[in-house]
Amino acid sequence: MSKYLLNKFLYTVDRDAELVERYRNDPRGTVSWWEAERANVILNIPEMERSTWLTFTEAEREALSAHDYVTLFELGCHNFLLLTLFIALFERDYDEPLAFQREFAARLSHWTVPYPDIAT
Amino acid sequence: MATIAAVIASTHHPFYYRASTSTGADRPPFADEWVAKIESFRETLTRAEPDILVMVGSDHFHQLWLDNMPQFLIGKAPFYDGNFYNEEREFGLPRMLLRGHEELSSYLLRAGIDAGFDLAFSNELRIDHSITCPLITLRPEADLPIVPIYTNIFAPPLPQPRRFVELGATIRRLVEAWPSDQRVAIIGTGHLSLELGGPRQFGPHGPDPEFDRKAVQWIASADLDGALAEVSLESLWLPGNATHGFMDFMLMMAVAGPSVHADYVDSLDLFHTMEAYFTWYPKGDSQ
Repeated sequence: MSKYLLNKFLYTVDRDAELVERYRNDPRGTVSWWEAERANVILNIPEMERSTWLTFTEAEREALSAHDYVTLFELGCHNFLLLTLFIALFERDYDEPLAFQREFAARLSHWTVPYPDIAT
Repeated sequence: MATIAAVIASTHHPFYYRASTSTGADRPPFADEWVAKIESFRETLTRAEPDILVMVGSDHFHQLWLDNMPQFLIGKAPFYDGNFYNEEREFGLPRMLLRGHEELSSYLLRAGIDAGFDLAFSNELRIDHSITCPLITLRPEADLPIVPIYTNIFAPPLPQPRRFVELGATIRRLVEAWPSDQRVAIIGTGHLSLELGGPRQFGPHGPDPEFDRKAVQWIASADLDGALAEVSLESLWLPGNATHGFMDFMLMMAVAGPSVHADYVDSLDLFHTMEAYFTWYPKGDSQ
Protein backbone atom coordinates (compact mmCIF):
# COMPACT_ATOMS: atom_id res chain seq x y z
CA MET A 1 0.00 0.00 0.00
CA SER A 2 1.41 3.39 -1.02
CA LYS A 3 -0.34 5.87 1.23
CA TYR A 4 2.52 8.28 0.65
CA LEU A 5 1.93 8.28 -3.10
CA LEU A 6 -1.83 8.72 -2.72
CA ASN A 7 -1.16 11.71 -0.51
CA LYS A 8 1.39 13.02 -2.99
CA PHE A 9 -1.25 12.92 -5.72
CA LEU A 10 -3.79 14.77 -3.56
CA TYR A 11 -1.17 17.29 -2.45
CA THR A 12 0.23 18.11 -5.88
CA VAL A 13 -3.20 18.38 -7.50
CA ASP A 14 -4.68 20.45 -4.65
CA ARG A 15 -2.00 23.13 -4.94
CA ASP A 16 -2.38 23.60 -8.72
CA ALA A 17 -5.53 25.27 -10.05
CA GLU A 18 -5.17 23.80 -13.54
CA LEU A 19 -4.67 20.30 -12.19
CA VAL A 20 -7.74 20.62 -9.99
CA GLU A 21 -9.86 21.29 -13.09
CA ARG A 22 -8.13 18.59 -15.09
CA TYR A 23 -8.73 16.03 -12.36
CA ARG A 24 -12.37 17.09 -12.03
CA ASN A 25 -13.03 16.80 -15.76
CA ASP A 26 -10.90 13.77 -16.63
CA PRO A 27 -10.06 11.82 -13.49
CA ARG A 28 -8.93 8.63 -15.16
CA GLY A 29 -6.75 10.38 -17.72
CA THR A 30 -5.27 12.69 -15.09
CA VAL A 31 -4.38 9.81 -12.77
CA SER A 32 -2.79 7.87 -15.63
CA TRP A 33 -0.77 10.89 -16.77
CA TRP A 34 0.22 11.80 -13.22
CA GLU A 35 1.42 8.30 -12.37
CA ALA A 36 3.50 8.15 -15.56
CA GLU A 37 4.93 11.65 -15.45
CA ARG A 38 4.73 13.08 -11.92
CA ALA A 39 4.61 10.29 -9.35
CA ASN A 40 8.37 9.95 -9.17
CA VAL A 41 9.28 13.63 -9.22
CA ILE A 42 10.79 14.63 -5.88
CA LEU A 43 9.25 18.00 -5.28
CA ASN A 44 12.16 20.20 -4.30
CA ILE A 45 14.96 18.85 -6.49
CA PRO A 46 15.48 18.91 -10.28
CA GLU A 47 13.19 16.59 -12.18
CA MET A 48 16.10 14.63 -13.67
CA GLU A 49 16.86 13.37 -10.14
CA ARG A 50 13.51 11.63 -9.91
CA SER A 51 12.75 8.47 -7.98
CA THR A 52 12.36 5.19 -9.82
CA TRP A 53 10.05 3.08 -7.69
CA LEU A 54 6.75 4.79 -6.95
CA THR A 55 3.56 3.26 -8.39
CA PHE A 56 -0.06 2.92 -7.30
CA THR A 57 -1.65 -0.42 -6.54
CA GLU A 58 -4.58 -1.26 -8.78
CA ALA A 59 -7.02 -0.49 -5.95
CA GLU A 60 -5.44 2.90 -5.34
CA ARG A 61 -5.41 3.79 -9.04
CA GLU A 62 -9.05 2.85 -9.35
CA ALA A 63 -10.12 4.81 -6.26
CA LEU A 64 -8.43 7.96 -7.53
CA SER A 65 -9.78 7.41 -11.05
CA ALA A 66 -13.33 7.04 -9.72
CA HIS A 67 -13.15 10.11 -7.41
CA ASP A 68 -13.99 7.55 -4.72
CA TYR A 69 -13.22 9.46 -1.55
CA VAL A 70 -14.78 6.82 0.69
CA THR A 71 -12.31 4.22 -0.53
CA LEU A 72 -9.46 6.75 -0.37
CA PHE A 73 -10.36 7.40 3.28
CA GLU A 74 -10.36 3.65 3.89
CA LEU A 75 -6.98 3.30 2.20
CA GLY A 76 -5.55 5.71 4.78
CA CYS A 77 -5.24 8.93 2.81
CA HIS A 78 -4.58 11.96 4.98
CA ASN A 79 -7.98 13.28 6.02
CA PHE A 80 -7.10 16.96 5.52
CA LEU A 81 -5.70 16.51 2.03
CA LEU A 82 -8.64 14.37 1.03
CA LEU A 83 -11.23 16.84 2.26
CA THR A 84 -9.52 19.93 0.89
CA LEU A 85 -9.12 18.60 -2.62
CA PHE A 86 -12.60 17.13 -2.82
CA ILE A 87 -14.12 20.40 -1.63
CA ALA A 88 -12.29 22.08 -4.50
CA LEU A 89 -13.61 19.47 -6.92
CA PHE A 90 -17.25 19.23 -5.93
CA GLU A 91 -18.44 21.92 -3.52
CA ARG A 92 -19.46 24.03 -6.52
CA ASP A 93 -22.07 21.45 -7.54
CA TYR A 94 -24.14 21.95 -4.36
CA ASP A 95 -26.56 24.79 -3.72
CA GLU A 96 -26.34 24.97 0.07
CA PRO A 97 -23.19 26.01 1.98
CA LEU A 98 -21.42 22.96 3.47
CA ALA A 99 -23.81 20.57 1.69
CA PHE A 100 -20.95 18.71 0.03
CA GLN A 101 -19.01 18.53 3.30
CA ARG A 102 -22.06 17.04 5.04
CA GLU A 103 -22.60 14.50 2.29
CA PHE A 104 -18.92 13.56 2.57
CA ALA A 105 -19.47 12.96 6.29
CA ALA A 106 -22.68 10.98 5.71
CA ARG A 107 -20.99 8.67 3.21
CA LEU A 108 -18.41 7.84 5.90
CA SER A 109 -21.00 7.42 8.64
CA HIS A 110 -20.40 3.67 8.87
CA TRP A 111 -17.01 4.50 10.40
CA THR A 112 -16.35 4.97 14.09
CA VAL A 113 -12.96 5.39 15.73
CA PRO A 114 -10.42 4.05 15.19
CA TYR A 115 -10.37 5.27 11.61
CA PRO A 116 -7.91 3.87 9.07
CA ASP A 117 -4.33 4.69 10.01
CA ILE A 118 -3.02 7.77 8.17
CA ALA A 119 0.60 7.39 9.27
CA THR A 120 3.03 7.20 6.36
CA MET B 1 16.02 41.45 29.24
CA ALA B 2 13.01 41.25 26.95
CA THR B 3 9.53 41.57 28.40
CA ILE B 4 6.81 39.09 27.62
CA ALA B 5 4.00 41.56 27.04
CA ALA B 6 1.28 38.96 26.55
CA VAL B 7 0.74 35.26 25.99
CA ILE B 8 -2.21 34.50 23.74
CA ALA B 9 -3.75 31.21 22.71
CA SER B 10 -6.69 30.74 20.41
CA THR B 11 -8.29 28.63 17.77
CA HIS B 12 -7.68 29.66 14.16
CA HIS B 13 -10.89 29.46 12.21
CA PRO B 14 -10.08 30.08 8.55
CA PHE B 15 -13.62 31.27 7.79
CA TYR B 16 -13.41 34.29 10.11
CA TYR B 17 -11.99 36.59 7.44
CA ARG B 18 -14.74 35.81 4.96
CA ALA B 19 -17.50 35.91 7.60
CA SER B 20 -16.32 39.22 9.03
CA THR B 21 -15.92 40.97 5.67
CA SER B 22 -19.06 39.69 3.97
CA THR B 23 -22.11 41.91 3.63
CA GLY B 24 -25.79 41.65 2.81
CA ALA B 25 -27.17 38.22 2.03
CA ASP B 26 -23.67 36.73 2.09
CA ARG B 27 -23.14 37.68 5.73
CA PRO B 28 -23.80 34.69 7.99
CA PRO B 29 -26.14 35.21 10.96
CA PHE B 30 -23.37 34.54 13.50
CA ALA B 31 -20.95 37.07 11.97
CA ASP B 32 -21.80 40.08 14.16
CA GLU B 33 -21.38 38.17 17.43
CA TRP B 34 -18.15 36.62 16.16
CA VAL B 35 -16.73 40.02 15.13
CA ALA B 36 -17.63 41.51 18.53
CA LYS B 37 -15.83 38.70 20.33
CA ILE B 38 -12.78 39.01 18.10
CA GLU B 39 -12.59 42.78 18.55
CA SER B 40 -12.70 42.34 22.31
CA PHE B 41 -10.00 39.66 22.09
CA ARG B 42 -7.89 41.89 19.82
CA GLU B 43 -7.90 44.61 22.46
CA THR B 44 -6.05 42.26 24.84
CA LEU B 45 -3.09 42.27 22.48
CA THR B 46 -3.34 45.93 21.53
CA ARG B 47 -3.12 47.14 25.12
CA ALA B 48 -0.05 44.95 25.75
CA GLU B 49 1.81 47.20 23.27
CA PRO B 50 4.02 44.49 21.78
CA ASP B 51 7.01 45.20 19.56
CA ILE B 52 7.45 41.65 18.22
CA LEU B 53 5.09 38.70 17.77
CA VAL B 54 6.28 35.12 18.20
CA MET B 55 3.69 33.10 16.30
CA VAL B 56 3.21 29.38 16.98
CA GLY B 57 1.26 27.44 14.38
CA SER B 58 1.33 24.38 12.17
CA ASP B 59 1.70 24.15 8.43
CA HIS B 60 -1.22 22.25 6.83
CA PHE B 61 0.72 20.57 4.00
CA HIS B 62 1.37 23.86 2.26
CA GLN B 63 5.13 24.25 2.24
CA LEU B 64 6.14 21.33 4.47
CA TRP B 65 5.68 17.92 2.92
CA LEU B 66 6.16 14.26 3.68
CA ASP B 67 9.48 13.97 1.82
CA ASN B 68 11.13 16.15 4.45
CA MET B 69 8.94 16.76 7.48
CA PRO B 70 10.27 18.67 10.48
CA GLN B 71 8.73 18.22 13.94
CA PHE B 72 9.53 21.72 15.22
CA LEU B 73 10.74 24.51 12.94
CA ILE B 74 11.56 28.18 13.41
CA GLY B 75 11.53 30.63 10.53
CA LYS B 76 14.49 32.94 10.16
CA ALA B 77 13.90 35.33 7.29
CA PRO B 78 13.51 39.06 6.77
CA PHE B 79 10.02 38.58 5.34
CA TYR B 80 7.28 35.98 5.20
CA ASP B 81 4.66 35.86 2.53
CA GLY B 82 1.38 34.53 3.78
CA ASN B 83 -1.41 32.28 2.53
CA PHE B 84 -1.59 29.94 -0.42
CA TYR B 85 -3.71 29.51 -3.54
CA ASN B 86 -5.79 26.74 -2.00
CA GLU B 87 -6.46 28.88 1.09
CA GLU B 88 -7.65 31.71 -1.14
CA ARG B 89 -9.81 29.21 -2.99
CA GLU B 90 -11.40 27.56 0.03
CA PHE B 91 -11.41 30.30 2.65
CA GLY B 92 -11.10 33.53 0.69
CA LEU B 93 -7.96 34.46 2.62
CA PRO B 94 -5.93 37.41 1.31
CA ARG B 95 -2.27 37.38 0.35
CA MET B 96 -0.18 38.96 3.10
CA LEU B 97 3.41 40.03 3.68
CA LEU B 98 4.93 40.07 7.17
CA ARG B 99 8.27 41.36 8.30
CA GLY B 100 10.46 38.90 10.14
CA HIS B 101 12.61 39.53 13.21
CA GLU B 102 15.81 37.71 12.29
CA GLU B 103 17.67 38.58 15.47
CA LEU B 104 15.08 36.92 17.70
CA SER B 105 14.80 33.99 15.28
CA SER B 106 18.57 33.45 15.40
CA TYR B 107 18.60 33.68 19.16
CA LEU B 108 15.73 31.20 19.60
CA LEU B 109 17.30 28.75 17.18
CA ARG B 110 20.73 28.82 18.81
CA ALA B 111 19.46 28.83 22.38
CA GLY B 112 16.70 26.33 21.62
CA ILE B 113 19.13 23.85 20.05
CA ASP B 114 21.47 24.32 22.99
CA ALA B 115 18.53 23.66 25.33
CA GLY B 116 17.97 20.25 23.77
CA PHE B 117 15.54 20.86 20.88
CA ASP B 118 17.04 19.92 17.52
CA LEU B 119 15.05 22.62 15.77
CA ALA B 120 14.69 22.76 12.01
CA PHE B 121 14.84 26.17 10.41
CA SER B 122 13.70 27.86 7.23
CA ASN B 123 15.14 30.91 5.51
CA GLU B 124 12.27 31.10 3.04
CA LEU B 125 8.97 30.26 4.63
CA ARG B 126 5.52 31.01 3.35
CA ILE B 127 3.18 31.02 6.33
CA ASP B 128 -0.29 29.51 6.17
CA HIS B 129 -3.59 30.22 7.89
CA SER B 130 -2.44 28.82 11.24
CA ILE B 131 -0.36 32.00 11.55
CA THR B 132 -2.18 34.42 9.24
CA CYS B 133 -5.58 33.83 10.90
CA PRO B 134 -4.44 35.03 14.33
CA LEU B 135 -2.77 37.98 12.65
CA ILE B 136 -6.06 38.82 10.94
CA THR B 137 -7.96 38.53 14.21
CA LEU B 138 -5.43 40.03 16.62
CA ARG B 139 -3.29 42.41 14.55
CA PRO B 140 -4.95 43.05 11.20
CA GLU B 141 -2.53 45.89 10.50
CA ALA B 142 0.13 43.14 10.20
CA ASP B 143 2.67 45.83 11.10
CA LEU B 144 4.85 44.02 13.65
CA PRO B 145 7.81 41.75 12.90
CA ILE B 146 7.17 38.09 13.57
CA VAL B 147 9.05 34.93 14.45
CA PRO B 148 7.08 31.94 13.11
CA ILE B 149 7.37 28.63 14.93
CA TYR B 150 5.83 25.56 13.32
CA THR B 151 4.95 22.35 15.10
CA ASN B 152 3.92 19.06 13.54
CA ILE B 153 0.39 18.26 14.74
CA PHE B 154 -0.53 16.93 11.35
CA ALA B 155 1.63 14.19 9.87
CA PRO B 156 2.28 11.15 12.09
CA PRO B 157 4.58 10.21 13.71
CA LEU B 158 4.07 13.28 15.90
CA PRO B 159 6.06 14.41 18.94
CA GLN B 160 4.50 13.46 22.28
CA PRO B 161 2.28 16.03 24.07
CA ARG B 162 4.92 16.30 26.78
CA ARG B 163 7.38 17.54 24.17
CA PHE B 164 5.05 20.37 23.17
CA VAL B 165 4.84 21.35 26.82
CA GLU B 166 8.60 21.27 27.19
CA LEU B 167 9.04 23.40 24.09
CA GLY B 168 6.53 25.93 25.38
CA ALA B 169 8.32 26.23 28.71
CA THR B 170 11.63 26.61 26.88
CA ILE B 171 10.29 29.35 24.59
CA ARG B 172 9.04 31.24 27.64
CA ARG B 173 12.37 30.92 29.45
CA LEU B 174 14.43 31.87 26.40
CA VAL B 175 12.37 34.94 25.49
CA GLU B 176 12.57 36.16 29.08
CA ALA B 177 16.35 35.73 28.95
CA TRP B 178 16.78 37.47 25.58
CA PRO B 179 19.05 40.47 26.05
CA SER B 180 16.77 43.09 24.54
CA ASP B 181 14.47 45.85 25.66
CA GLN B 182 11.71 44.71 23.31
CA ARG B 183 8.20 43.71 24.33
CA VAL B 184 7.38 40.30 22.92
CA ALA B 185 3.91 38.79 22.63
CA ILE B 186 3.82 35.02 22.21
CA ILE B 187 0.76 33.89 20.28
CA GLY B 188 -0.16 30.34 19.42
CA THR B 189 -3.16 28.74 17.80
CA GLY B 190 -4.50 25.23 17.85
CA HIS B 191 -7.74 23.34 17.92
CA LEU B 192 -10.22 21.98 20.39
CA SER B 193 -12.11 18.90 19.19
CA LEU B 194 -12.10 18.97 15.42
CA GLU B 195 -12.97 16.56 12.64
CA LEU B 196 -11.87 17.17 9.05
CA GLY B 197 -12.27 14.60 6.32
CA GLY B 198 -14.24 12.19 8.51
CA PRO B 199 -17.80 11.18 9.41
CA ARG B 200 -18.15 13.69 12.26
CA GLN B 201 -17.14 16.78 10.28
CA PHE B 202 -19.21 19.97 9.93
CA GLY B 203 -21.89 19.15 12.47
CA PRO B 204 -23.81 21.87 14.33
CA HIS B 205 -21.12 21.92 17.05
CA GLY B 206 -17.62 20.56 17.50
CA PRO B 207 -17.46 16.77 17.34
CA ASP B 208 -16.93 16.37 21.11
CA PRO B 209 -18.45 19.15 23.26
CA GLU B 210 -17.43 17.31 26.44
CA PHE B 211 -13.77 17.35 25.40
CA ASP B 212 -14.13 21.03 24.51
CA ARG B 213 -15.57 21.83 27.92
CA LYS B 214 -12.67 20.12 29.65
CA ALA B 215 -10.12 21.60 27.28
CA VAL B 216 -11.31 25.17 27.89
CA GLN B 217 -10.99 24.56 31.65
CA TRP B 218 -7.48 23.14 31.24
CA ILE B 219 -6.37 26.07 29.10
CA ALA B 220 -8.01 28.80 31.18
CA SER B 221 -6.18 27.57 34.29
CA ALA B 222 -3.06 26.36 32.41
CA ASP B 223 -3.73 23.01 34.04
CA LEU B 224 -0.91 21.11 32.42
CA ASP B 225 -1.05 18.28 34.94
CA GLY B 226 -4.73 17.75 34.20
CA ALA B 227 -4.23 17.87 30.45
CA LEU B 228 -1.15 15.65 30.45
CA ALA B 229 -2.90 13.09 32.63
CA GLU B 230 -5.72 12.65 30.13
CA VAL B 231 -4.22 13.49 26.75
CA SER B 232 -2.03 11.20 24.69
CA LEU B 233 -1.26 10.86 21.00
CA GLU B 234 -3.69 7.93 20.97
CA SER B 235 -6.49 9.59 22.96
CA LEU B 236 -6.54 12.68 20.76
CA TRP B 237 -8.01 10.66 17.88
CA LEU B 238 -11.18 10.12 19.92
CA PRO B 239 -12.61 13.69 20.11
CA GLY B 240 -12.06 14.16 16.36
CA ASN B 241 -9.48 13.25 13.75
CA ALA B 242 -7.90 16.72 13.67
CA THR B 243 -7.77 17.22 17.44
CA HIS B 244 -3.98 16.83 17.69
CA GLY B 245 -3.94 20.58 17.17
CA PHE B 246 -4.79 20.73 20.86
CA MET B 247 -1.10 20.09 21.48
CA ASP B 248 -0.40 23.63 20.30
CA PHE B 249 -2.71 24.80 23.09
CA MET B 250 -0.70 22.65 25.50
CA LEU B 251 2.46 24.33 24.26
CA MET B 252 0.87 27.71 24.93
CA MET B 253 -0.28 26.67 28.40
CA ALA B 254 3.37 25.98 29.16
CA VAL B 255 4.35 29.40 27.77
CA ALA B 256 1.80 30.94 30.14
CA GLY B 257 3.24 28.93 33.00
CA PRO B 258 1.79 25.95 34.85
CA SER B 259 -1.42 26.67 36.77
CA VAL B 260 -1.44 30.37 35.85
CA HIS B 261 -5.01 31.42 35.25
CA ALA B 262 -5.68 33.32 32.08
CA ASP B 263 -6.55 37.00 32.46
CA TYR B 264 -9.00 36.81 29.58
CA VAL B 265 -11.15 33.83 28.56
CA ASP B 266 -13.86 33.72 25.94
CA SER B 267 -15.38 31.14 23.66
CA LEU B 268 -17.94 30.84 20.90
CA ASP B 269 -19.86 27.71 20.02
CA LEU B 270 -19.73 27.85 16.25
CA PHE B 271 -20.80 25.39 13.58
CA HIS B 272 -18.39 22.44 13.44
CA THR B 273 -15.99 23.76 16.09
CA MET B 274 -15.77 25.54 19.42
CA GLU B 275 -13.79 28.77 19.14
CA ALA B 276 -11.81 29.77 22.22
CA TYR B 277 -9.70 32.80 23.13
CA PHE B 278 -7.23 33.19 26.02
CA THR B 279 -4.80 35.92 27.10
CA TRP B 280 -2.30 35.98 29.94
CA TYR B 281 -0.28 38.98 31.13
CA PRO B 282 2.85 37.53 32.76
CA LYS B 283 3.74 40.86 34.36
CA GLY B 284 0.26 41.42 35.72
CA ASP B 285 -2.54 43.16 33.91
CA SER B 286 -1.26 45.20 31.04
CA GLN B 287 -1.13 48.97 31.24
